[in-house]
Amino acid sequence: MAPILELKGITKAFPGVLANDSIGLTLEQGEVHALLGENGAGKTTLMNILYGLYQPDAGEIYVRGEKKQMYSPSDAIEVGIGMVHQHFMLVPVFTVTENVMLGDELLRAAGFLDRKAVANRIREISEQYHLEVDPDVYVKDIPVGVQQRVEIIKLLYREADILIMDEPTAVLTPQEVDELFKIMRSLIDQGKSIIFITHKLREVLEFADRITVLRNGKIVGTTTPLECDRSILASMMVGREVDLTVDKETAELGEIILDVEHLKVLDDRDQIAVDGVSFEVHEGEILGVAGVQGNGQTELVAALTGLRSSVEGKITLAGVDITRASPRKITELGSAHIPEDRQQDGLILPFPVEDNLVLNTYYIKPYTKGVVLQADAIRETAVELIENFDIRTPGPQTEVGSLSGGNQQKVIVARELSRPIKFLVAAQPTRGLDVGSIEYIHSQLIKKRDEGTAVLLASTELDEIMQLSDRIAVMYRGKFIAVLSAEQATKEKVGLLMAGVAPEEEHLQSDQLNITEEKVSAYDE
Amino acid sequence: MTNNEEQPQKVRKTFIQIFVEEVSTSPLTVTVLAIVSALILGGLLVALTSEDVYAAWGESPLAAIRTGLQAAWSTYVALFEGAIGNPARMIAALQSGEADEIRRAFNPFFESLNQATPYIFTGLALALGFRAGLFNIGAEGQLFIGAIFAVAAGIYIKGLPPIIHVPLAFLIGALGGALWGFIPGILKAKTGAHEVINTIMMNYIAFRLSEYLLRGPLQAPGSFVPISASIEESARLWKFFGDPVRFHMGFFIALFMAWVVYWFLFKTRWGFDFRSVGVNPRASRYSGMNIVVVTVLAMSMSGALAGMAGANEVLGVNHNLAVAFSSGYGFDAIALALLGKSHPLGVVLSALLFGALRSGAIQMQVSAGIPIDIISVLQAFILAFIAAPAIIRTIYRLKTPAVYEEGVYARGWGGD
Repeated sequence: MAPILELKGITKAFPGVLANDSIGLTLEQGEVHALLGENGAGKTTLMNILYGLYQPDAGEIYVRGEKKQMYSPSDAIEVGIGMVHQHFMLVPVFTVTENVMLGDELLRAAGFLDRKAVANRIREISEQYHLEVDPDVYVKDIPVGVQQRVEIIKLLYREADILIMDEPTAVLTPQEVDELFKIMRSLIDQGKSIIFITHKLREVLEFADRITVLRNGKIVGTTTPLECDRSILASMMVGREVDLTVDKETAELGEIILDVEHLKVLDDRDQIAVDGVSFEVHEGEILGVAGVQGNGQTELVAALTGLRSSVEGKITLAGVDITRASPRKITELGSAHIPEDRQQDGLILPFPVEDNLVLNTYYIKPYTKGVVLQADAIRETAVELIENFDIRTPGPQTEVGSLSGGNQQKVIVARELSRPIKFLVAAQPTRGLDVGSIEYIHSQLIKKRDEGTAVLLASTELDEIMQLSDRIAVMYRGKFIAVLSAEQATKEKVGLLMAGVAPEEEHLQSDQLNITEEKVSAYDE
Repeated sequence: MTNNEEQPQKVRKTFIQIFVEEVSTSPLTVTVLAIVSALILGGLLVALTSEDVYAAWGESPLAAIRTGLQAAWSTYVALFEGAIGNPARMIAALQSGEADEIRRAFNPFFESLNQATPYIFTGLALALGFRAGLFNIGAEGQLFIGAIFAVAAGIYIKGLPPIIHVPLAFLIGALGGALWGFIPGILKAKTGAHEVINTIMMNYIAFRLSEYLLRGPLQAPGSFVPISASIEESARLWKFFGDPVRFHMGFFIALFMAWVVYWFLFKTRWGFDFRSVGVNPRASRYSGMNIVVVTVLAMSMSGALAGMAGANEVLGVNHNLAVAFSSGYGFDAIALALLGKSHPLGVVLSALLFGALRSGAIQMQVSAGIPIDIISVLQAFILAFIAAPAIIRTIYRLKTPAVYEEGVYARGWGGD
């Protein structure tokens, strides 16, 4: 039997880049085929060609053995190909039903929308594939994981049976990832086929039936999880040996740099997000703050960096009370911040790389004299940082928004770590990045620690916390429910703590279940 | 990145191909083609509304086309003569050497510059606001307040030498505009009240205030129409030529302000603050900028520039204040700043275009009998094409600027 989907010799060039170089790929009925590669390897281009968003310069696409031309997404949908984009294509102020029917509206007599019929169809689909979604809620009111289910339902509603999922786990919490994998499994069981684009090795090994690795627009090879392991895949992706473990010496603790006492912070909805947290960070140590997204880490970091004011408590940085200080004051005291949302908070995307490299220091000498910006001094620093931090950019004047995610993050890291600093807050420093960039950023964090900087690392990636931290604080519902030393901490222990199971009540499974339910209902309100 | 061994298919381009590609992806090309297309469509409109064309249609379609082309041609000739001048007359005047005749021949050109001057000021006001992420629809009101302040300074301050009186009155006008911009600025920064709503409201207050003043305290003694007294001679902006040329200093002040705005925005740390806050307030806050200060300052400076437009009109052209003297410079400036891509140089060029169209339109109406409104239609066409560059790109088969891989989705601003 012919494979359900076959690509032959797909080639696509962009100005200056050969994004896809005669790529061949087959997808069998009922398989999960993972497409693995670093950012910029050509995965997304390939899928955009398959989905009719780009026209290939050469090559052919066969669906169920028949040659097809995709001129637009509607051609792709016609032959049963559906795509879940990395950034969801949903209208937040529409209900789930309205989002699903958008573009394929079912009408009653006289041109009225038949929401009821669509909602019923959504309920049927939900049931059939175990995708729990309420068709009548607004998309803006549901968590990211459920929004993704809406995207999947959109495809199933249009009767797609080849599903392309572009980095589906990038925006999900660990629990949501597990949920997603269950859903994908149930889709496969009912005869769907999935192309799963990712750069996360663990997920590929756990979940894919076959793995194809792309690098620089070419296929490096196709393998199965049984035939390979993480380091083989990583070196296929990067094209060289990759060190996945982080080497570090034991921490040499110095004086207390950051001292936080009974800190209380509210979130955007005026709910208590950080609930009376006290801790300190010493010179030369990395304090990892682990926790599932939304347990107050974001607000904690914002309070430490002056972006959000606290309602109670005291923050002292290197002996100075910064509880009410402005972000600029805190920066000037020797604090650096790698923000969680790099595109929203860390960079001004339409600005050139060089301006972004001095975003915290542009107003002082040598970058400003009097009130006049010194373009030469800025350029000089930029060129140096681009070199030292290996930022891949056509030049210092390139818009930072046109760089890949990894290089955007390197711009931030270069800016924050090139200054003399005493304290560093790194929030999700490697989210969405490829193996090579992660390796690089980890080594930079360790280097800063070894130089005596106090580092607070907030991350939802358990692996990252385990690898880098000297001490691990687990944050759950605004509180530090435990602070463990690196030796005490095991993945299982931290994982349970992240789910809110305090050390002495580990055996209480039911407790854990209650908590998950409460979390869900908290989203529903 | 481009390794020849690794990428044998990479096509080498000839010089001409590269040139064509550069031109066809340049945003400037779209602007130029937008203007050209608007002129073509405008000509078509002239032909379609001309009765002669329909009369000629009775003879033959060919005659109708010929008549239509003639109508469009004479319209644009009149527009050109109104905006720049009649070349034959200009040459003849220069040859004759008669000062009076030279002034008359060149008057249309200088009148265009005169019309462009308030456009430059208000265009800069809008552009500065846009750069800081603020939509100052209140330029018209700020212009009125600027005019009131300047005219009051021109009438009531007496006995100063021009070298002091002129800049003083001008700056007082700017101060009035700044005040009118400061109010919505502080409301936005402190309470989050949207500047679009508040500047519109401030416009109404300014209009009615000027009417009240012109029927009351500011009304010229003994006058029965709502008009102010004339300003002191010492407060008048210096004119370069004798009558009928009204061209005055204001134009050069406007050019100077364009340079100042450019320098401020692109060369100073404050301008860096403005531009950062304009594109990403969150990252600006993260980097330590004070959003409140930038917002208030940007609205005030924008208001000051609009106020200068008002001061320019009363001190340079009218020498008094009348009801509804501005006829929409502040509103046209919204479109003008967009056409100029919120860049001071772009604003100056767009202002020259708008000024020329406006002053040419009068001549066009007189000599070609084409209603002045065709100019509004032309401006609307130009702006529609600028606002929707895809139309121009499709018509002229231009390439869209290159989009790199992942660019289509990853460039989004994320979140909501």
